[in-house]
Amino acid sequence: MAGEFQMLLSLEDATVRFGGRAVLDAVGLEVAEHEVVCVLGPSGSGKSTLLRAVAGLQVLDSGRVLLDGRDQERTPAHKRGVGLMFQDHQLFPQRDVGGNVAFGLRMHGVDRAQQDERVRELLELVGLPGAARRAVASLSGGEQQRVALARALAPRPRLLMLDEPLGQLDRSLRERLVVELRELFGQLGTTVLAVTHDQGEAFALADRVVVMRDGRIAQSGTPLEVWQRPADEFVARFLGFDNVVEGTVTGEAADTPWGKVPLPPDAPQGPRTLLVRPPGVRLVAADEGLPCTVAARTFKGTHVALRLQPEEAPPLEAACPLRAAPEVGETVGVEFDAAEIVVLG
Amino acid sequence: MDVTRTEVEPRPVGIRVSRGNAARLGLMALPVAFFAVFFAWPVAAIVARGLKVDGTWRFGRLLDVVTQSDIRHVLWFTTWQALASTALTLLVALPGAYVFARFDFPGKQVLRAVVTVPFVLPTVVVGTAFLALVGRGGLLDQWWGVRLDTTVWAILLAHVFFNYAVVVRTVGGLWAGLDPRQEEAARMLGASPFAAWRRVTLPALAPAVAAAALMVFLFTFTSFGVVQILGGPTFSTLEVEIYRQTSEIFDLSTAAVLTIVQFVAVGAVLAAHAWTVRRRESALRLVDPAVTARRPRGAGQWALLAGVLASIAALLVLPLAVLVQRSLDAPDFGYYRALTSDASGTFLVPPIDAIGNSLRYALAATAIAVVIGGLAAAALARRDAGRLVRGFDALLMLPLGVSAVTVGFGFLIALDEPPLDLRSSWILVPLAQALVGAPFVVRTMLPVLRAVDARLREAAAVLGASPWRVWREVDLPMVRRALLVAAGFAFAVSLGEFGATVFIARPDNPTLPVAVARLLGRPGDLNYGQAMALSTILMVVCAVALLVLERLRTDRTGEF
Repeated sequence: MAGEFQMLLSLEDATVRFGGRAVLDAVGLEVAEHEVVCVLGPSGSGKSTLLRAVAGLQVLDSGRVLLDGRDQERTPAHKRGVGLMFQDHQLFPQRDVGGNVAFGLRMHGVDRAQQDERVRELLELVGLPGAARRAVASLSGGEQQRVALARALAPRPRLLMLDEPLGQLDRSLRERLVVELRELFGQLGTTVLAVTHDQGEAFALADRVVVMRDGRIAQSGTPLEVWQRPADEFVARFLGFDNVVEGTVTGEAADTPWGKVPLPPDAPQGPRTLLVRPPGVRLVAADEGLPCTVAARTFKGTHVALRLQPEEAPPLEAACPLRAAPEVGETVGVEFDAAEIVVLG
Repeated sequence: MDVTRTEVEPRPVGIRVSRGNAARLGLMALPVAFFAVFFAWPVAAIVARGLKVDGTWRFGRLLDVVTQSDIRHVLWFTTWQALASTALTLLVALPGAYVFARFDFPGKQVLRAVVTVPFVLPTVVVGTAFLALVGRGGLLDQWWGVRLDTTVWAILLAHVFFNYAVVVRTVGGLWAGLDPRQEEAARMLGASPFAAWRRVTLPALAPAVAAAALMVFLFTFTSFGVVQILGGPTFSTLEVEIYRQTSEIFDLSTAAVLTIVQFVAVGAVLAAHAWTVRRRESALRLVDPAVTARRPRGAGQWALLAGVLASIAALLVLPLAVLVQRSLDAPDFGYYRALTSDASGTFLVPPIDAIGNSLRYALAATAIAVVIGGLAAAALARRDAGRLVRGFDALLMLPLGVSAVTVGFGFLIALDEPPLDLRSSWILVPLAQALVGAPFVVRTMLPVLRAVDARLREAAAVLGASPWRVWREVDLPMVRRALLVAAGFAFAVSLGEFGATVFIARPDNPTLPVAVARLLGRPGDLNYGQAMALSTILMVVCAVALLVLERLRTDRTGEF
């Protein structure tokens, strides 16, 4: 249709029920070409089912999956032209690395010479040059992950899906690979739909983050948007923010159990849920602001995370530089910074 | 492409489900047709022959027959000896399964073939070998004056002899593929070695043990040749009684009623089995058996190995040794040389020709059984298999449970007129043998196919493999070993098949077991010796076939 932007992937009211429970509940999602979208959510939120539905491995109970505008209901998994990298890789144990990477090419009838060339090229791309004849059993977790990626990329899928792509790897490897993946996808222009439960991974990888909860989409936006303005208490808490409190907004301030809290201009009025980001909790002298006792302090490398216990109010999370950090048991005062306070949904 | 958003209507679920069903029905079409024509129809024919008098059904005969006191006695004996045989076989063979699965010792491959040989020997030969061992003038009688042929022990021991391999193959095969680290994980969680075995390994083995126990029960429940020879007038199973009624008393009506009783009993057992299988299904992550086996360590393990080897020597090797010794009990290989001419007039051709016949028939039967059984197993292995399919699983086992005599006799009376007149066709024998062999193929393939991780298939599908390619690229390489074993089993079973073949093999084209039985049925030392010689040849052919199979297995291990 002239003038209308064609989405590569569209889900319309996609619903999957397992024994009466909706694992996907009328999910609508669109992914544009060259976009990297990360679905973020706790385990059991329906992320993997979402990928399986797009891949054609899970039949929808209702709703539609469209690829390039075409309804995929009658298209079996092997004809959808999408790639899926499984959580635990699922490399074929009876084939070597090259055999695994070439599998999709063979299925698409690519001739032998081109297969070899593409396998070589991909193994180089994922940083395993010359590994084609190695047995998959001899690979480390990180190497398996790279082979799985090369295998999924080989047939040049129009959409690459990753199920917890870095889930089983150790932390330093994960942090390195997530940067590599980001670069790789940018370089190849691949359209990616990934799912993960790790917000760091999602924020580092994605152009757009989609937060899921109980089979529904809770929020969708750029990493920055989601981080700065969580849609609701669930998203805020899932992102690791614990300073969430009920309050009544009047003008540019709110009444909360922590006392009067200043708000940015144009805040919606009435009873609301508020999020105070840790940087918005400012430590002042003990006789100013809200008096709190330091309940715990955790060294985080660049800063110290504090848990502060006000009298007769929920605890507060705060962050401060190491040299200014009070000891456990000390009494401090707390003031709030309007710029770091968000009025949730 | 123009995309207009329309109201999404909930689509009927039935259409979506039927896609999977269509694939399954496609796989099952051939096996179903095969079993309908070559099993259901002949059985129906024989039942009609027995229960229909002058065109009217007389079902009252069912009750009349089973309430007769001698028939009730037969029913009781058939059941309890089968239970006792099954328990005894498991008791003796489970340690063997463990030893074969987990220990590495010299001569293991050969020994694995050796324990399988008894299973494929014709029942009459086994009966005779045990008679020569424990009967009057037998080895034990000569040495210690012990005779067991008047007791039920001879039957039970012969059944253990027969079915040892069933347990070792079915249970040991899976056991060898279980990852020992599962047990190690349990040990680290505080389980004692026995507790780890009981909580981790045993549940994983349970389906295989149940399957093996079921097969042993069915084989011994329908035991024919062994009981015929070792049971004497005292002990008689349903199968022997059916044979007696058919060929000695010519009371087809009573034979048909007994067939129905056996059918119902076997059907009930199989239904129970299908139910337990459904409850225990689980995807196992199998590993290379070569990795899990290691040399025995410590006195306990060496003692276990020694005990298993001793039991194999006493129960399996000794009867075979006696058999060979009897076949050589004439100067200058006299019994063997007598095989090359039809001096006694028992056959129209020299008995030695039976070897070629047997091999040809068995090859054809194996091909049929692998195709039919393989397709059925592929259909049954699908995780979404419904009730209908599971019912078919049980149905496939029926030819094993129904008396082979019934199958053979049914072939003879059902396939002798248009549209399907196969009476004079050579294919009749392989068809009957394939009917008996196909369930083995299904039983061997199914656990392995079910253990293939479904997500590997999904990974292949997402990479563009059609369902057929998925089977070829993912399932086949993983089950190739099981397929070879299944083919070997089908081949060996076909070689040794007796009950059905005896009815339909043409007089001038006898198979080895048929030739042996005919020779045994004739008086005189020469015939007896020739029977022993021919049995020895059959045993050697089976042993060679199995050794080739074992060799194939080791060659392929590198791929896994």
